[in-house]
Amino acid sequence: MLRSLAALLLTLLFAFAGPATAQEAAEAPGVAEAADPARAAAPDRSATGGAQTLEDILRRQRGEPVDNEFRRDFGEDNTAAGIASQLGTLGGASDPELWRALRFDEANITVSAGGDVEKVLMQDGGMAWYEFRQGPLKIYGGYLLLGTVGFLILFFLLRGRIRIDGEKTGRTVTRFQFVERMAHWILAASFILLGITGLLSLFGRWFIAPYVGKEFNSTLLIGSKFIHNNVSWAFMLALVMVFVMWVWHNLPDRTDLKWFAQAGGIIGSKHPPAKKFNAGQKLIFWSVILLGGSISVSGLSLLFPFELPLFAKTFAVMNDLGMPGWVGLGSLPTDLAPQEEMALAQAWHAIVSFVLMAIIIAHIYIGSVGMEGAYDAMGSGEVDEAWAHQHHSIWYERVKDKQMHEDNRALAERSPAE
Amino acid sequence: MKAMMTGFAVTIVISVGAYFVLNEMGFSSQDVFSGDNVRLD
Repeated sequence: MLRSLAALLLTLLFAFAGPATAQEAAEAPGVAEAADPARAAAPDRSATGGAQTLEDILRRQRGEPVDNEFRRDFGEDNTAAGIASQLGTLGGASDPELWRALRFDEANITVSAGGDVEKVLMQDGGMAWYEFRQGPLKIYGGYLLLGTVGFLILFFLLRGRIRIDGEKTGRTVTRFQFVERMAHWILAASFILLGITGLLSLFGRWFIAPYVGKEFNSTLLIGSKFIHNNVSWAFMLALVMVFVMWVWHNLPDRTDLKWFAQAGGIIGSKHPPAKKFNAGQKLIFWSVILLGGSISVSGLSLLFPFELPLFAKTFAVMNDLGMPGWVGLGSLPTDLAPQEEMALAQAWHAIVSFVLMAIIIAHIYIGSVGMEGAYDAMGSGEVDEAWAHQHHSIWYERVKDKQMHEDNRALAERSPAE
Repeated sequence: MKAMMTGFAVTIVISVGAYFVLNEMGFSSQDVFSGDNVRLD
């Protein structure tokens, strides 16, 4: 416990002192070789007498297709050693077939404990995941976040802060209740912690270990894992809370079309009318719910290893619907080893998280420095009437009508007709 | 600001609670896929 807490503190300290960046773009060697058509040709196996070569093994590790038929052709009956001699074959009982079945996870294995996971003695699905994590995930994910930050800086320089037109009225209207704001901040705090610890887990080996040492990186990652596993529950709870509280206000309607036509007010000089949430906020809401929900499900699959496999069933449904064909792909694999299920869950978890992080960075920008008066909605919950009228005119009118109605009723109750 | 601070406090409480509940359940891979005869530490 103490060790975990120390790791947690170190992680927090480091996270706020200087988050990792993603500039390194070194291509994974396997990726470059896979693209070389010369390497795809069958290798010369004369040196091994027709048996598999190092090149065959490397090709399999790179995730390239390997035709294993040659292994069944290996060996001439006439030149084989006699059954009774030291290197003799087993006659009808063929050991190579058994070893091959073990190698390619085709053998009928029985285990006394551990279930399906332990029945897999050997599988190489992890190589594709390993190379994906080292290459595209790190590179594209890193650039996506940096690109988003760069775009927002550029947008800020060009457009500046979106200010309230005219003077503030000084009168406020309640935009969000306490419980709504609390749920928002649980979601925000947990997401930022999960994002930072997730990035440390992915990039620590490349950007922390070489500069601060492996020992420190190890401690940092133990802390990151501790935070990531436990804070995830706060995220999931808050996700359910905001969904229940706000889904009704985020159903698409006709006002969204007008909002999109004016790009939220960027095109033209008028503010488009909006209800409690405008179309941009609805996009954020559904991104958080759908992507956050997907991250939560894949996260649960990772939290309880091998107990919640997701992808074989999902792929089967997608194959039945013909979805891979829509993008020119063949059928997706449905016979996945438990270890491959975990690798896919981790890859999907990371991909969707990168997309949601980019969206949330934009959300943080517009809710803080990007727009005058926006922060108050989630800070005190009270927004200036001028802001409310400009950005959420329909909602503002309804709130004022309701308020007036209640005031009139209260007045009537206090002074009954004589 | 009060809602924000409450939100942060709730996040911490849930996380610490989750730590104890999950460990009580023996959820970790180390607990699920290992035994006394396997050295992981």
